[in-house]
Amino acid sequence: MTTVNLQLQQVQERTAETMEEMWVNMGPQHPSTHGVLRLLIKLDGEIIHECIPYMGYMHRCHEKIGENRAYVQIIPYTDRLDYLASMYMNWAYCLCCERLMEIRIPERAEYLRVIIGELQRIASHLIWLGTFGLDLGNFTLFMWCFREREMILDLFEAVSGQRLNYSFMRIGGLALDVPEGWLADVKSFLAWLKPRFVEYDRISTDNVIWQKRIQGVGILKPEDAVSYACSGPVLRGSGFRWDLRRDDPYGIYDRFAFDVPMGTRGDVWDRFWVRRLEMEESVKIVEQALKAIPLGQVLAPVAKKLRAPVGDIYSRVETPRGELGHYLVADGSERPYRYKVRAPTFVNLSALPVMLPGCYIADCVAVLGSIDIVLCEVDR
Amino acid sequence: MVIPLPYSVGASTGAVEGLYSMSKAWGIPWIVPRLAIMFAVVSIIIGFISVAAMFLIWWERKISAHIQSRFGPMRVGGWHGWAQSLADGVKLLLKEDIIPARADRPIFILAPMVVFASSLAAYVVIPFGPGLIVQDLNIGILYIIAISSLAVVGIIMAGWSSNNKYAALGALRSAAQAVSYEVPLVVALLSPLLIVGSLSMTKIVEAQYVPFIVVQPLAFLIYFTCAVAETNRLPFDIPEAESELVAGFHVEYSGMRFAIFFLAEYANMFVVCAIATTVFLGGWKGPLLPPVAWFLIKTFFLLFVMMWLRWTLSRVRVDQLMNVAWKVLLPLAFVNLGVTGLVMLFYPAG
Repeated sequence: MTTVNLQLQQVQERTAETMEEMWVNMGPQHPSTHGVLRLLIKLDGEIIHECIPYMGYMHRCHEKIGENRAYVQIIPYTDRLDYLASMYMNWAYCLCCERLMEIRIPERAEYLRVIIGELQRIASHLIWLGTFGLDLGNFTLFMWCFREREMILDLFEAVSGQRLNYSFMRIGGLALDVPEGWLADVKSFLAWLKPRFVEYDRISTDNVIWQKRIQGVGILKPEDAVSYACSGPVLRGSGFRWDLRRDDPYGIYDRFAFDVPMGTRGDVWDRFWVRRLEMEESVKIVEQALKAIPLGQVLAPVAKKLRAPVGDIYSRVETPRGELGHYLVADGSERPYRYKVRAPTFVNLSALPVMLPGCYIADCVAVLGSIDIVLCEVDR
Repeated sequence: MVIPLPYSVGASTGAVEGLYSMSKAWGIPWIVPRLAIMFAVVSIIIGFISVAAMFLIWWERKISAHIQSRFGPMRVGGWHGWAQSLADGVKLLLKEDIIPARADRPIFILAPMVVFASSLAAYVVIPFGPGLIVQDLNIGILYIIAISSLAVVGIIMAGWSSNNKYAALGALRSAAQAVSYEVPLVVALLSPLLIVGSLSMTKIVEAQYVPFIVVQPLAFLIYFTCAVAETNRLPFDIPEAESELVAGFHVEYSGMRFAIFFLAEYANMFVVCAIATTVFLGGWKGPLLPPVAWFLIKTFFLLFVMMWLRWTLSRVRVDQLMNVAWKVLLPLAFVNLGVTGLVMLFYPAG
């Protein structure tokens, strides 16, 4: 019997309905699954008893394609991993290659990477906050968040010419230096952004309905968070102060002072609040980087045809969604022998069935939103 | 069913009498002019509802846009996209009428009509001005409450006949919500009615030397909260919560049948705000401007508040919704009713 059939049979056995319980199929076409995620939910009235997530609708052989491309050619594919944080995806992959090939990148490139990476984190969290508002029925918050995110996209368009899939980082630095006056634009954008956080709070955080909706809902216990290997805001929401930027610094993160926000109860509220505070921390990091950025080259002198020495490397970074790991095995040729991606949202999403039972249907959407999934990255 | 004659349409009474005497003279049976008048009145109401609903849809889009720092419709028709709703209506009319293969056909087709008919019927007793009322029933407000409860039947029909789990869930939520919120709504309306001593809409307006919102602020707040819930608007729009139930009870509807649900929702909004205006804001009374203008200004102000709430609040959850109705609003409404009764007892002059 094939695996698929076995799976089907298991599902049929588990999905036998009783009089009280009803199986509802949520997705893959559903406005709140943030893409093509399919959830099979067992309902008793409005209360969820069980949840089986199905993934893979967006599978596109990311890793296998990577193994048939030269190291540089993989960069545009990493854009499509997490399309809401493409810059960070580029960075994570380039960092892995640089570690493998032992390339040191220029100081200015390091600073620009941090500035761009943190702006990307803010943009990604803004989208998350907006769509989370949408999940809770707050449409205005969504529009407001997109207004500010649009400004970040404008900044990125100015440096890379693209608005979503940038392919801006290179192995050894950046493709180009930023245009003249761009750093001043970033500074004025941050000045505009900071009062906006108060505005977001007024419409979301301060509202009693908002608080009642997400406090004490979808609790992920610390031991579950660890045993499911969660990372990023999901792990931090459950009460672990674990941030790779602080605990396993890459790039030049060890030069900046910033806090790592942390929750205590592991509910949706904590995950929401961790992300909300992280945006402010990112602003702090960008401001420090803007002060200290030197002049100079942005691309280290690297060979046209890159060959990696025989060996393997696992390199991880803290993306907006958690720990993104790249594992590369090099056999001395110009292509990786094995290319593996550890996607944070895939791992975080696996913890969903633990959080859901006992919640209402409306909470299901909030809990799913609080994990902050990007299906392109989940399915790869 | 006997549809009451519009004798009280003040200005046109002469014309109605004239029509009767003319048909008597020509030997036409009395049923013909009677039907003609009924037809004319219903056309006027439907025309008013359509125009008002289309205006409300456009207005809501504009308000939401400005809350969200956008412009909203700007192109169709020239000035601020005023013809946008018209264009949408035409588009919906031209759409294919899809009925799911395994739906319960007759009930599926009937459901939007039931919903629309119930909101249409409520317009009969809305006093737009002195004498400007289709029929001043002596049980006016009771009639409205009774008839607008019928909409729930239509919603359950829609949800059940769609043969869709999401639609069924939406319909069940809607039934639970409507039953829960009708109770505090009626109790809240009772206290001003105690003061008036009549259920007739015209008498209620005439009794207000000061608007009842001054005398009964709590009753107004309870009524307005329940009214928002009754019309399935955010923050109480759980029967059609798009983020969890996709669209709730009307998920399988498309084209004109969907448009009728949509129309009924806006027509209902107008009804609940018109009742609030009549009972709490002094109806058509006001200085300088003609009575109809005052009535519409007050009603549209309340509609604006409803839209404002919708675009700045989040959605509550089912259990929270029930808690608010039974544990907060209902006790408050009863306390308010009791206090009003005691005051009436000791100071009968009012």
